[in-house]
Amino acid sequence: MTIKEIELKKILTESFPEADIKIDDLAGDDNHFALTIISSKFRGMSRIDQHKMVYDSLGSKMGNELHALSIKTQIP
Amino acid sequence: MMDDKIKKEIKSKIQSSDIHLFMKGTPLFPQCGFSNTVVQILTYLEVSFTSTDVLEDEQMRDAIKEYSNWPTIPQLYIKGNFMGGCDIIKEMFESGELKEELSKENIN
Repeated sequence: MTIKEIELKKILTESFPEADIKIDDLAGDDNHFALTIISSKFRGMSRIDQHKMVYDSLGSKMGNELHALSIKTQIP
Repeated sequence: MMDDKIKKEIKSKIQSSDIHLFMKGTPLFPQCGFSNTVVQILTYLEVSFTSTDVLEDEQMRDAIKEYSNWPTIPQLYIKGNFMGGCDIIKEMFESGELKEELSKENIN
């Protein structure tokens, strides 16, 4: 199972409408992505909690449709 | 749900060693690029660590995700505390925070 970049972006935009989201399809196989997400929501949160928030927005997709996702969170 | 036995096993792993890495494969033969990155960082910092190969134990693979409330492998523990996965460890390494954390905990 794989996921399209556009679909991934849609899911993330729903959870982080305020964020600047950049996705790179690393291998061109809809399965290995690098995500940079810049959101003011992350302010005051630990890195672990910031990443958890991103994982939470993806729900069960992580580890199933989405195998390899590299995440970088930033505060604007 | 994870049973008490495996919970105890996880606790004993992360408490019996200053640094413990839950990974895919072994430090010599990592089976995933993300696990390999964390091994390379720890090796570069010349710290000793123990590891668990979650590919050897399906139950452990699920249990550690639940225990840490973190959906991916690898997972790094320092002095019993969850530090993060590959991306966080890499960022902490690049910014010097990881080295700071290790010296704060008196790990050389």
